[in-house]
Amino acid sequence: MQFNIEINSQQVAAKRGETIKNVLDRIGIHVPTLCYMNGFSPTGGCRMCVVEVDGIAGLVPSCSHPVTEWMKIRTHSPRVLKARKVIVELLLASHPDDCLYCERNGQCGLQDLAVEMNIRERKYHGERRKIQIDNACPSIVRDPAKCLLCGRCIRICDEIIGVSAIEVIGRGTDSRIGTSYNKGLNTQTCVKCGQCIMVCPTGALSEKSNFQTVIDALHNPDLFPVVQFSPTVPASIAEDFNIKASKDILNLLRAALKKIGFRQVFDTSMAADLNIMEEAACFIEHLKSGSMLPFFTACCPSWVRYIEELKPHLRTNLSTTASPQQIMGRLIKNYIASSAGQKPEQVFVVSVMPCTAKKYEADRDRAKDNSIRNVDVVITTRELVRMIRLLGIDFSALDPEPSDTSFSMRSSAGNLFGISGGHLEGLLRTVHQMITGQEMSTLKISELRGLKSRKEAKVKMGKNILNVAAVSGLANAKALLDEIESGRENYQIVEVMACTHGCINGGGQRLGSDEKSLKSRMKALYDVDDEEMIKVAHKNPIVADLYEKFLAKPGSGRNKELLHVVQCKTETA
Amino acid sequence: MKDSLEAIFSKYPANRKEGLLPLLQEIQREHGYLPDEFLGKVGKYLNLPANKVYGVAAFYDQFRFRPLGHYHIRICRGTACHLFGSSNYLSELEKHLKVKAGNTSRDKKFSLEVTNCMGACESAPVLRVNEDFYPHVSPEELTRIIRSLKEKTE
Amino acid sequence: MATLNSNDNKEFLVEKVLKNYSNNFDKVTAEHLSQIKRDKVTRPVIYIGMGTCGLIAGAGKTYDAVKKFLTENQTDAEIVKVGCLGLCSAEPLLDVQLPGKGRISFHHATEDRVEALLQSAFHRTMVAATALGQYKHPALEEWADVPYIEQHPFFVHQHRILLRHSGIISPYTIDDYIAQGGYKSLYKTVLNYTADKVCEIVEQSELRGRGGGGFPTGKKWMIAAGTGSDKKYLICNADESDPGAFMNRALIEGNPHRVLEGIAIASYAIGATNAYIYLRSDYEQSFVLLENAIKQAREYGFIGENIFGSGFNLSISIRQGAGAFVCGEETALIASIEGRRGLPQSKPPFPAEKGLFGHPTIVNNVETLANIPAILENGPLWFKSIGAQQSRGTKLFSLAGKSVLNGFIEVPMGVSLNTIVFDIAGGVKNDKKLKAVQVGGPSGVCIPSHQLDTTIGFESLQEVGSSMGLGGLIILDEDTCMVNLSKYFMEFLHEESCGKCIPCREGTGRMLKILEEITRRPREDSTHETLERFKGVVEMESLAEVIRDTSLCGLGQNAPNPVLSSLKWFREEFEEHIFDRKCQAGVCHNLRTFFIDVEVCNGCNVCQKKCPENAIVGTIKLPHFIIESKCTGCGICFESCKFNAIYFK
Repeated sequence: MQFNIEINSQQVAAKRGETIKNVLDRIGIHVPTLCYMNGFSPTGGCRMCVVEVDGIAGLVPSCSHPVTEWMKIRTHSPRVLKARKVIVELLLASHPDDCLYCERNGQCGLQDLAVEMNIRERKYHGERRKIQIDNACPSIVRDPAKCLLCGRCIRICDEIIGVSAIEVIGRGTDSRIGTSYNKGLNTQTCVKCGQCIMVCPTGALSEKSNFQTVIDALHNPDLFPVVQFSPTVPASIAEDFNIKASKDILNLLRAALKKIGFRQVFDTSMAADLNIMEEAACFIEHLKSGSMLPFFTACCPSWVRYIEELKPHLRTNLSTTASPQQIMGRLIKNYIASSAGQKPEQVFVVSVMPCTAKKYEADRDRAKDNSIRNVDVVITTRELVRMIRLLGIDFSALDPEPSDTSFSMRSSAGNLFGISGGHLEGLLRTVHQMITGQEMSTLKISELRGLKSRKEAKVKMGKNILNVAAVSGLANAKALLDEIESGRENYQIVEVMACTHGCINGGGQRLGSDEKSLKSRMKALYDVDDEEMIKVAHKNPIVADLYEKFLAKPGSGRNKELLHVVQCKTETA
Repeated sequence: MKDSLEAIFSKYPANRKEGLLPLLQEIQREHGYLPDEFLGKVGKYLNLPANKVYGVAAFYDQFRFRPLGHYHIRICRGTACHLFGSSNYLSELEKHLKVKAGNTSRDKKFSLEVTNCMGACESAPVLRVNEDFYPHVSPEELTRIIRSLKEKTE
Repeated sequence: MATLNSNDNKEFLVEKVLKNYSNNFDKVTAEHLSQIKRDKVTRPVIYIGMGTCGLIAGAGKTYDAVKKFLTENQTDAEIVKVGCLGLCSAEPLLDVQLPGKGRISFHHATEDRVEALLQSAFHRTMVAATALGQYKHPALEEWADVPYIEQHPFFVHQHRILLRHSGIISPYTIDDYIAQGGYKSLYKTVLNYTADKVCEIVEQSELRGRGGGGFPTGKKWMIAAGTGSDKKYLICNADESDPGAFMNRALIEGNPHRVLEGIAIASYAIGATNAYIYLRSDYEQSFVLLENAIKQAREYGFIGENIFGSGFNLSISIRQGAGAFVCGEETALIASIEGRRGLPQSKPPFPAEKGLFGHPTIVNNVETLANIPAILENGPLWFKSIGAQQSRGTKLFSLAGKSVLNGFIEVPMGVSLNTIVFDIAGGVKNDKKLKAVQVGGPSGVCIPSHQLDTTIGFESLQEVGSSMGLGGLIILDEDTCMVNLSKYFMEFLHEESCGKCIPCREGTGRMLKILEEITRRPREDSTHETLERFKGVVEMESLAEVIRDTSLCGLGQNAPNPVLSSLKWFREEFEEHIFDRKCQAGVCHNLRTFFIDVEVCNGCNVCQKKCPENAIVGTIKLPHFIIESKCTGCGICFESCKFNAIYFK
């Protein structure tokens, strides 16, 4: 039902069921917010977004207050402006004065609010909360002293990831975001996905920085530093440097990485092709075994951690194939290194990932051979951007540099790994070939594309039909598991990515990514699939070469050591 | 005989969040506090993450996460008791019994709690040691109580 | 604990008494009834006030002493445990009713006095002065020279409807209440009125919520009654956590069945089949009594399936709060019952539309509900005739602090604070001067002595910047430091803040800090610091405005009230603290100035060694001296001096 309301003396149309903020957004009036999150039900908690409404004694939160007919609203009256200013001043009172040393200097929600409210003095003097920094976890660091208690991290961990690794503990100013009995994040149900970092307005949550380790390694004469990057990195980097993502972006990135000082640059998508080969073989074994439960992909370290911690009885259904990052690391150290005249212990492998959980994955006990780590350090896309800036590299002035190693050749199937549904699509192409001996008639499976968090398809494989699903957002995976375990659904393969829409939206990506940038990253990867010649992993000549000269048949022999993992019991309490 | 955890669980329907507070209250009645290892089990029974169980418990004053001392001393911080000097008594108790409010002493002899108004305002200031109430506590009486507690725990 | 009486009584009370609208009893019934009511007793009855306040005053030991007396003297008597009468400062109270004689009440009946009191009562040699008073009864012989309790200054101004049976009947048995006319209203309601009619009656009575909000109860019920939902809830808010307020507890301990009857009628009115009593966890005795009462009411068929054959079903259960003042707010209370942290929610939606588990829910304060049976019994016009315009009926208050008499009372709305403080509570203890009366708990205000003509009422209190609150009244004398008291309330609210919204969570902290600065003396006190303190107070007023305007719930919105009202009426006290660094009342310890009496000091030097500020000078064996400007008022010297040579101002 439509009716009129008055905003700042202007008549505006509104509908029953809308909140004041819905209307303000529609007509382009900006009101500052803090605890509000797009796509989540508003709580009206922080009171940043308050507005004045005639007839109501106090100020009301525009994010949650519904519109009613004849409502008269003032969004920026002196009373409202004063209130918002005081609220920010109160936050500043107990916030550490660490701006200049803080991870989020220049990218901080509180700084933005202070600027918006035109704050010019420290009106209230409070004390910094004395709470220990939690940095036991290899992926995420928590600094509760900087926390504004906006609660966004908890909501995303509860509602999107579904593991509730953190909660508000205590009451009033004693409240802090923490865990049961104050245990560190590392021992909780945290899956290291880093989505909390993506929604945190301040430096209270950040990734464990390996920045300095990389800089040191680059200048260590005893080390041979090399780098691999995930297929999602090129398009994301383009956003950070305001470059239109194009074919050249890949080579521009290579140039930048070389300029940084890496001796060789590899594309993880190549290892993704290997992953597809091994995984396809694994899957066919699984199919033959007649198991009722689906085969689950295992490239997402958060998903793997979830299964190991909370659903250990499903461990045997996880693919044993190592993730592309780990495969690449192992290949580099055990095979490629010697061709460059390097010993494995001299090669320093850095991987650039859109993901914080990859730091955890590279750090795991099983992620090394004879105490030599497969991947030495993982940095996020954000850390790479900072590195490029630190080293004075002008991205736009670079000349694209093509790959100087054959191990960068990849199929567009391997390249699709960055999107939810992409890994599955790539995998199915090779599975089809392995089962039927023929290529799929239509390589593109449109049901597995798009912005839905659960995508399903029925794929014809010769005489059989495979039920497959790709789900993103770990809470959705949880729901799907319930359905599978209760017998309500039946799939043969399920691909799971903990982050909504997949790695393009990972916990290490650019902060402030919105739907528009996600769509454009997605498009960039799908465009590669459309344009490139080699669209299936099994036709990648490098892959074929490796299988001929170095590896056993897919899924067998020494491949088990090199390209697979042993599914472990949980490593932490 | 202490009720086992299972016996307590059986009184509440599984997977229903609204049973959380009564369940925790019953566990505390049985055990005197909420042991760490129980919270995970409560979470599993009610289908709640352990962090949520702890987060809910930590919000409310009633729940303790450490066992009480042999003598649990409660001092009322109601308005009347405050007017009659209870805040001074608190610092005396902390000093002489060597335990801070909200904690249990190292030797587990004493635990000290500041409670909300007990509603015995005509008897202000009020002190409670285990099940015994001490109305109209004068400074001399407080000294006597403290001495007696120390003697009893030697 | 007394168990249910025999089935004979149950049958009799329900069929002959309760279901008898007209109360016209035949001789046999009347006789039997008077025995159950203990109007006519064949052996002595001893009543002991064993509410929580009585127990704390020693009533438990009194009870043991009474039993011992009866055994030793081989006397056959009935002991009845009753709730609290309300005059708590006279407890323990012990009443004796000899056959044929009126019931006489003794004050301060501690265990050491029991023997003498009972001897004197049984032998009728008691001295009139030991008695608090006697209860008037037309058919019983009076005690000579003993005044009527009803005429006692503490009681004469009261209008006891809710407290009619508190301290009189046993709260442990349902029979006592039915004998006094209890549950008749429930019976009348479910058989004669539709739910809508009940809402209408309550609306016409103009009863307003007693939990502080003052929202018209009938109107509130109508909102819930009007939502088309298959499931509705009624919640009785008995979370009473205001410091200094205990009358809700006393109400329950005096007569839990009245509360249950109110809940039942309210549930019927809104269409709820499930009711919860949200009871403060510290109220152990109330829990036991309510649990017992629910069990009894169920056995008598007043709760459960098809009540009185009307088709109305109701189950009542108790949920204990877990210690959070904020859970007195209805949405926080609902969150607590749902198993969540007690965080209030933004309204709309209001609980009456969408509350517990998403269903329409009415949350009423226990005092509001306790009013319902009488309104249904006597009609809305009767209720309207009591009290004042816009504030009908009576209100419970608890009296605490420096008054001569402490306890809880029930007065008609419209009574002035003057009457309450001087006529009922007997003025200020120890002949001190009255400074102010604190009304409305931590969300309330201090009303100075010259404004005592303020009357009790929702609007009249709002005019002086206060809300009714739950009904705690604290009487403050000249020895009260208003700055310290403001700090106390702010500390309380700051600790109880749930933390959800920034203005309350951080704002109360800032205000508290400002008050702390005023009440302590820093190491080096300079004019700069003085200016900072003064600025702080000015800031406080500005900050208070924003906290009021933007806080999510009543806790935050009303948090600035105590300090703002103290600033308004006692500004000079604040200024004295800020500029002169003095606390007139001698309460702010850190503002004390210590002096050494040179006549007494023997120069032992202990104080000089212990002074953390090196503010004491002197040579051994000669009198020492404290440098005032260095002294921070910590009092360590005072405590360590074994010769009482140190004093403070």
